[in-house]
Amino acid sequence: MSKGLYLYPKWIRLWHITNAVLFLILIVTGISLQFSGQDEPFVLVSFKTAVSWHNGAAFFLTLSYVVFVIGNSVTGNIRHYRNNSSTYIQDLLKQFNYYRRDMFRGEPHPFPVTEESKFNPLQRFSYVLAMYAGMPLLIISGILLFYPGMLPRNIFGVSGLLITDLVHIATGFLLSIFMVIHIYTCTLGSKPTTLFKSMVDGYHHDDH
Amino acid sequence: MKTLKNRGLIVLILLAVYPFNSQLLGIAPDDSLVVKWKDINVFYDDNERCLICHGEEYYTLSDTVAGVSQIRNMFQDYFVNREDYYDGVHKSFSCTDCHSSDFIRFPHDVATRLEPRYACIDCHGYDENYAHLNFEEIEVEYNNSTHASVENFSCWKCHDPHSYKLFASEVADVGELVLYDNNMCLACHANFTEFRLLTDREEINVVSKHEWLPNQVLHFESVRCIECHTQISDSILVAHMVLPKDQAVKNCTECHSANSRLMSTLYKFESKEKRGNGFFNSIILNRSYVIGASRNIYLGYLSLLIFLGVLSVIGIHIFFRVIKAKRK
Ligand code: HEM
Repeated sequence: MSKGLYLYPKWIRLWHITNAVLFLILIVTGISLQFSGQDEPFVLVSFKTAVSWHNGAAFFLTLSYVVFVIGNSVTGNIRHYRNNSSTYIQDLLKQFNYYRRDMFRGEPHPFPVTEESKFNPLQRFSYVLAMYAGMPLLIISGILLFYPGMLPRNIFGVSGLLITDLVHIATGFLLSIFMVIHIYTCTLGSKPTTLFKSMVDGYHHDDH
Repeated sequence: MKTLKNRGLIVLILLAVYPFNSQLLGIAPDDSLVVKWKDINVFYDDNERCLICHGEEYYTLSDTVAGVSQIRNMFQDYFVNREDYYDGVHKSFSCTDCHSSDFIRFPHDVATRLEPRYACIDCHGYDENYAHLNFEEIEVEYNNSTHASVENFSCWKCHDPHSYKLFASEVADVGELVLYDNNMCLACHANFTEFRLLTDREEINVVSKHEWLPNQVLHFESVRCIECHTQISDSILVAHMVLPKDQAVKNCTECHSANSRLMSTLYKFESKEKRGNGFFNSIILNRSYVIGASRNIYLGYLSLLIFLGVLSVIGIHIFFRVIKAKRK
């Protein structure tokens, strides 16, 4: 197999694996906290352990997120996250239709990978949403829950703690859903493992 | 304990030095308040015979024969604040309703001073008017609590009958209830001067003892000491059976779970009415947020539905991919 474009530099791969591992820890411990109790079906870790692991992993996730944001800007990788197309919605639909129908008809990828544009429109959309909306919300609400003294007691008659927690678990849930879909779409390369290989060695192995 | 005895001794010596002709002088309260209090209590003037000294932080003790007078502090336990008294549940009482009328003589006789004092149950027990508060059960719980084993301890250590107001059954804000109740415990447990009047035990540092609690401040502000330090009680509003420290709740999930202990302690009375609206422990949810206890079943189902939906779409996609691969 030829070594194709070098799409995922070392720092992205390092960030990404750190991010993924921490995310998994946060999901397992987060669910254990949310559904805590004796004989609860989703509890994998005891409450006490879950509290310390969730806090610890969150600390490192925040650090790794800062590295991501700075790294993305400094190295120029952020260009892949910017949308320069004037037909944004049509592009999204085209990519969606490819996954829904065209790929089963054997049609070619509508947005082949280039050095300037490594993500297809759906990838770009979901990565921007996850990294620049979901993650900040998750991190900020998490920090507020960690320092509850900073929270207003009451926001329009409802406990400030409650609102912040709802934001936190809703964002956490949506990002977890993102991760499930993300992992699945990463199996849509020429072989199911191709894209994962790219995230390990950095090279694009597909022919499109 | 020692200090208490010492103070008793000082009082006795005082009484011996100024035997029969001492005169006691206090500071008269504000006129407008007097009018109000007279309205509240027909025994106001009678009560002033006691409060002229006991209503002041200090008083002047005079020996008219020798012409000597001295300012003395009123021992805190014997001090009655008029404003609190005429605002409390016992505001219409005469002092001698509960204390012997022999106290009118000064210096007070030792025999009078040693007369047994009433406890709550003596007036409120076995009385239909107070049946809803179930003082009999409070008595049983108190007698089984660690407090009962402390010599000199009584209901009055936490509930001063000279200022007591209904609180737990009246207050709308849980935060205020928590503050009020915790201050009651901390008055001794965080104040060694008070604590050592009752016991020879070493000083307890409440903060360092509870270091293991994550977000300690939030816990202290949001729940009462008795949530973890008493046995749950179904039949009385506020549990009174304070447990030995090794039996205190230390397991997080006692509170942080769907069947949270808080529902039968802090939130117990409101919780019954407000449970049936889809929100698990909705009362906790409105007032605060308890991880693991504040749950909404609809949100729970919705997230499960979304998750299963995503998995199904992925499953269908895989199915068609497999079919396509086989056709090749
Ligand atoms: C076990 C979990 C995960 C696996 C197996 C995985 C796998 C992959 C793979 C194979 C790629 C390269 C293909 C592509 O660019 O689409 C990738 C890229 C990416 N993943 Fe993940 N991922 C996981 C978790 C996450 C999580 C939790 C996030 C964010 C919250 C995330 C965000 C991203 C982003 C932003 C990229 C593009 C990076 C770039 O080149 O700029 N991933 N992932």
